[in-house]
Amino acid sequence: MRTTGWLAARIAAVRPTTSHARVLTLDVPGWPGNDPGQHLDIRLTAEDGYQAERSYSIASSGPGERVELAVDTVPDGEVSPYLVDVAEVGDVLEVKGPLGAYFVWHESDPDPVQLVAGGSGIVPLLAMARAHDRSESPVPFRLLYSVRSPDDALYRDEILDLAGRSLDLTWAYTRAAPEGWPEPVGRLTPDRVAAATWPPARHPLTFICGPTRFVEAAADAMVATGHDPARVRTERFGG
Amino acid sequence: MAQFTRGFGSRRRDADPDLPPGQYLTTDFPVLSAGPTPRIPLSEWSFSIRTETGETARWSWDDFTALPSEEVSTDIHCVTRWSKLGTSWRGVALDTLFEDVETSFDYVMAHSYGGYTTNVPLEDLLDGKAWIAYEFDGEPLDPEHGGPARLLVPHLYFWKSAKWVRGLVMQQHDDPGFWEQNGYHLRGDPWLEERYW
Ligand SMILES: Cc1cc2nc3c(=O)[nH]c(=O)nc-3n(C[C@H](O)[C@H](O)[C@H](O)COP(=O)(O)OP(=O)(O)OC[C@H]3O[C@@H](n4cnc5c(N)ncnc54)[C@H](O)[C@@H]3O)c2cc1C
Repeated sequence: MRTTGWLAARIAAVRPTTSHARVLTLDVPGWPGNDPGQHLDIRLTAEDGYQAERSYSIASSGPGERVELAVDTVPDGEVSPYLVDVAEVGDVLEVKGPLGAYFVWHESDPDPVQLVAGGSGIVPLLAMARAHDRSESPVPFRLLYSVRSPDDALYRDEILDLAGRSLDLTWAYTRAAPEGWPEPVGRLTPDRVAAATWPPARHPLTFICGPTRFVEAAADAMVATGHDPARVRTERFGG
Repeated sequence: MAQFTRGFGSRRRDADPDLPPGQYLTTDFPVLSAGPTPRIPLSEWSFSIRTETGETARWSWDDFTALPSEEVSTDIHCVTRWSKLGTSWRGVALDTLFEDVETSFDYVMAHSYGGYTTNVPLEDLLDGKAWIAYEFDGEPLDPEHGGPARLLVPHLYFWKSAKWVRGLVMQQHDDPGFWEQNGYHLRGDPWLEERYW
């Protein structure tokens, strides 16, 4: 799949997924399809020609001209508040992609998969979990999803649904947990990462995504536990 | 012709002539790498240049830091769209390291601890355009940012400035490195916005 030039994309649907994040479905004539884990660039152009570009992971995968994104508001940001609060069905923006060939899960991969997400870092990992759920792949998938509180989880219902079927799920809460939650609330520690992920002996392929600091900490924890660094793939969203 | 996006543009940031197209200014030093951060003890660290004959010039940490170094003040531009202006580094110029290297090949593959590779034309490394940097802001370079030493090629997107660099291998053709095989541009000039193939 080659990367396209800028393509016009029309917003086909929007729905909130938390109080501060939104799922956007785009119709992109000419979109070549994409693999689970890839991202695209969005370009917005104001009426006077001013432009801004940002990268967003793609929650959907496979052939077809529809792509799904999920955007979390960075409160003092420029583009994310527009996409979450202002953009409406029928509005047109531009996209380029799909981008990235490394942070991608392939159905033919024979190894167990460990997903580790922080906040909106769930987006490309959900694309992988969805693709795995639809596929014939026999490999087990495990997700460790760190969020501030239960209400801050993007795609919460769908993840719970997958967890009943094809995904082994562990939540980690950094600010507030549900009542009676057995684990401590706070940043992930290496011990908790080790306890909630495949042991190195299973030789998993690990995908970690989220804010830069979260990704660094989680990747360091995986390596400290004995995972081969070459099997730990990371995508940093910045911040 | 770009497509206008209704209602966009109220929160824009000021344009800056020092910024290449599509970049925004940051005052942090964000981290971008493909995997976890390797930690290399200085006693095990070495840097080498290997040519087409197999001849290899090699420097231990002590050899390397005894070479004449330069202070470099420069802007850096990451393909993920942040730019940082006026950063300051100390490093050894590639001109110094290539002084006694005989090669007829025009391209270089940089190799890093951790397995990362990136391809760079030799002409983008010589004539005061590139360094092996080991200090940032007067301090030893943090492992997160590529320490003990990283390639610094500031006129190209920053993924070319391989962190944790351990050697250069001359190559006849501009064979792609890690990110280049994974969708990034072969050369990566930020002013031409050479982000992806
Ligand atoms: C590969 C990739 C995939 C991504 N996928 C997703 C995704 O699926 N979902 C998602 O929600 N996000 C994703 N992101 C993050 C996304 O690209 C944006 O960074 C994010 O939406 C914030 O953009 P923004 O324009 O709202 O904020 P920005 O305006 O870019 O601001 C971000 C932060 O930087 C600071 N800042 C920026 N410019 C300045 C300035 N000039 N002066 C002072 N401070 C400044 C702001 O204060 C703010 O805290 C991804 C990023 C990458 C690299």
